[in-house]
Amino acid sequence: MKYLYYPGCSLKSSGKSYEESMLAVFKHLGIELQELNDWNCCGATNYMAINEQSAMSVTSRNLALAEEQGGSGEINLVAPCNACYMGLLKTKTYLENEQGLRDSVLQKLDSIGMKYEGRVKVRHPLDILVNDFGLDKLKMAVKKPLKDLNVVSYYGCQVVRPITAFDDASDPVYMDQIAMTLGATAVDWGMKVRCCGGSMTSTVSDVGLRLNYLLLKEAKRKKADIIITACPLCQFNLECFQDKISRKYGESVNIPVVFFPQLIGMALGLDKKELGLQRMFVQPQYL
Amino acid sequence: MSSTISNMPVLNIKREAELDKNFAKTIAKLAHGEQIYGCIQCGNCSSTCPLSPYMDYTPRKIIAMVKAGFREEVLTNKTIWLCASCYSCTVECPKGIKITDVMYALKREAIQNKIYPKRFTIPAMSKAFYDTVKSTGRSNEVALLMRYYMRTNIFSALSYVGVGLKLLKTGRLAIIEKQMKRKQDFKKMLKDSEN
Repeated sequence: MKYLYYPGCSLKSSGKSYEESMLAVFKHLGIELQELNDWNCCGATNYMAINEQSAMSVTSRNLALAEEQGGSGEINLVAPCNACYMGLLKTKTYLENEQGLRDSVLQKLDSIGMKYEGRVKVRHPLDILVNDFGLDKLKMAVKKPLKDLNVVSYYGCQVVRPITAFDDASDPVYMDQIAMTLGATAVDWGMKVRCCGGSMTSTVSDVGLRLNYLLLKEAKRKKADIIITACPLCQFNLECFQDKISRKYGESVNIPVVFFPQLIGMALGLDKKELGLQRMFVQPQYL
Repeated sequence: MSSTISNMPVLNIKREAELDKNFAKTIAKLAHGEQIYGCIQCGNCSSTCPLSPYMDYTPRKIIAMVKAGFREEVLTNKTIWLCASCYSCTVECPKGIKITDVMYALKREAIQNKIYPKRFTIPAMSKAFYDTVKSTGRSNEVALLMRYYMRTNIFSALSYVGVGLKLLKTGRLAIIEKQMKRKQDFKKMLKDSEN
């Protein structure tokens, strides 16, 4: 199994351990990822708010690069960050459906000698693991089952919304299934897809911190030992502001928040450092 | 000051002649669909929106105001900037209105006409992000936050020093980031799309 891989900006900085753990786990499982050469920012949500045509041009340059580097036929491009994944998938879908938009974006690409034919399939690592690799095979690879560990899965937004290419838009279960495959207990909760507010922890911190407080508090109430997530911004918000939130609301909301491949890696018996666990603010004691 | 009934200011009462009748049409076009005309005001969007408790006008109201032509009230308001693009409204809307796209369209329209709330932090963040990517092709958290705090309140950065130092200690801050090779091409493409 071989895929092109689009890391995006966060996986090279604050979400570094997402990249480290995913690469380690995929390599261990025999899934090959080849990083897209010369990629640029996906545009995230902010670009769309200023200039849509720029945003779609920026994103489609990455789709064009994938076609340049991925050979003929259909190309699978893996994007682990929720915002990158959704930005690429939304751009691809809108270009397919709207001729006017497509013409102007293709023209922009043409002005720098690039073209996009529509051959790229945008994929998320959760989708790859469950649908291409398979949970049965993952189960066989488990060396240290995660017994007596209560896990809540936090998907955030933009991974199954607004375009649902895998799993379910309102009640996604892939991460829960992965946790159970690893021998852990998947705790059901109502906050799976409740938004963390994104950059609001910096811009309107009263609102941003409260959104994350509610998520952390509910995870605690459900007696979770750990939160797993698939998005660098969700992970950052939920983990890095815990001290601030605990002070603000006068109660401890301390709980480890890790990326789902870090949890998989531990069950596979991989080295903690390989999984970037030393980078976490809140060390998962169990792991 | 508008007239008052007890202490309640009577806002948003307009004569038909004062409304912008083309506003809905403009927004429908920018938001990829005519579906807003079909809004039944059920409020599914507002109830599923995690940010609606903090908004002056909920998403349901915004759609009604767009349809009625309250252009200025909608575009100068902070509400639309509180939309974090989580798309739960879009998924829950029984009439298929792409509400997140409507919010994006409103933000762009406000920026384009320079009537967005200029001192508000969220559009400042969007602009800082836009400029950072435009100049380097990638978003760097350090560069982004520098730009953002320069535009807003440099002193508010102080309360994030603790988090920043921890990020530095755990190797999660990219001070020097790998540069794009074809950065000039990227810049050229963007310059063209802004003309």
